[in-house]
Amino acid sequence: MFHEPFTEGESFLHNTDPRVKIIVALVFAIIVAMSGEPIVLGLAGLFVLLCFMLVKVDTTILVKRLLIVNLFIAFLSATLPFTTPGQTVVTFSVFNITKEGLELGATIFLKSNLVVMTSLFLLSTSSIFTLAHALHHLHVPGRLVQLLFFTFRYLHVIYLEYIKLTEAMKLRCFKAQTNWYTYRTLACMMGNLILKSYDRAERIYQAMLCRGFYGVFPTFYHFRLTRTDKVFGVFCSVFFLAMAALSFLW
Amino acid sequence: MVEDSVIELIEIDYSYQSAKIFDKLNFTLKKGDKVGLMGPNGAGKSTMLRLIMGLIKPDSGRLIVFGSERCREEDFLEVRKQTGFVFQDPDDQLFCSTVAEDIAFGPLNLGASQEEAEAVVLTNLQLFGLMELRDRAIYRLSGGEKRLAALAGVMAMSPCVLLLDEPTAALDQFNTKKLIRILNDIDLTCLIVSHDKDFLQSTCNCIYWLEHGLSVIWYKPSLMNSLA
Repeated sequence: MFHEPFTEGESFLHNTDPRVKIIVALVFAIIVAMSGEPIVLGLAGLFVLLCFMLVKVDTTILVKRLLIVNLFIAFLSATLPFTTPGQTVVTFSVFNITKEGLELGATIFLKSNLVVMTSLFLLSTSSIFTLAHALHHLHVPGRLVQLLFFTFRYLHVIYLEYIKLTEAMKLRCFKAQTNWYTYRTLACMMGNLILKSYDRAERIYQAMLCRGFYGVFPTFYHFRLTRTDKVFGVFCSVFFLAMAALSFLW
Repeated sequence: MVEDSVIELIEIDYSYQSAKIFDKLNFTLKKGDKVGLMGPNGAGKSTMLRLIMGLIKPDSGRLIVFGSERCREEDFLEVRKQTGFVFQDPDDQLFCSTVAEDIAFGPLNLGASQEEAEAVVLTNLQLFGLMELRDRAIYRLSGGEKRLAALAGVMAMSPCVLLLDEPTAALDQFNTKKLIRILNDIDLTCLIVSHDKDFLQSTCNCIYWLEHGLSVIWYKPSLMNSLA
């Protein structure tokens, strides 16, 4: 239904049990978010590199995804040096760039990229359907799992409706300009988009009900915890313990 | 209650946003019947199917499916287990990543084991000639292939009754013939909504005409020519 480019392919991480991958990605994200020591971030970088070697993904798509994420982080990293109080490094008329600000900006940039990359390598290599099922196995409340799945599913629905509507507009020679007519048309389109997506979402849910859906996502391709999964899990645990210990002792 | 009836609508009233769709509608589908449903746009053909599945509730009237009156949401769980409903737009229905997974969705919901689900998937892939598309991602299917995959997903639940909402839309002649053959081979009670008179004539025992949601008049296939 939806395009999940990273799920296609064969590699070590593609075949790893999704339950293990979810836990590993979560623990990694928590440790990286909580600690800012260079050595811990270095180890985290090493872990990302390791994951990259264990996975086979299209690097062009990977770079594109990272660019999108960094678009947001760039704003943050660019403004933090000016807004954080501390020791001034450079002065532009009334604006001061501080050392603390630079450090904070760089750390946030580094941390978010590390976490996003691990999530891409670990989580995006399983389909959202498999992840939903794995979350059931991890005893995450059913309502939360449904919320996650449907958010993803309906974002896709809105995207498809958006494409259809813009195509229909183009076919009738609509060209966006800076005038009221364009604003009005775009507003109509947005309104339509929301209504149509709502209707379609309703129909999808009804179709699921008609096929006996009762709140749990069944999976066709079952996952089993293999020896390799266990080894990977234990290795990650040791690695993360080392990271946590270093961050605590530093 | 009519003897042998699978679905019975008695004096059903239904309005949608102050527009009256059904006014005391009566309709009976008997076991083994293959009934076609035609009518102008907005006559309430799809609405009728959705009422039967309990997706919308009538304002008044009685709905008897499989011998019991169905009112509340829980009553319809049983109906949905045994009734296959194929939506007008296959995009509403398909939502797993691959064809095989989507076909397995229903049986797994009904509690089939992994082996059973695999067997069902295989049978239905073969039945609809979709073997080569087994692991194809849904978004890569053509319109016709999506239609067949949606049908296969519903047939995988081994329903007793099949409700089809414009099944030939987006199908080419070859696939329409395939669908006719499949429908004629299976021994199911069917209610088919379609604008395709030829298709209904080759699959149904009788065809109803629904207009203004008021009453249902039936035509035998032989009389159909006078309809056009």
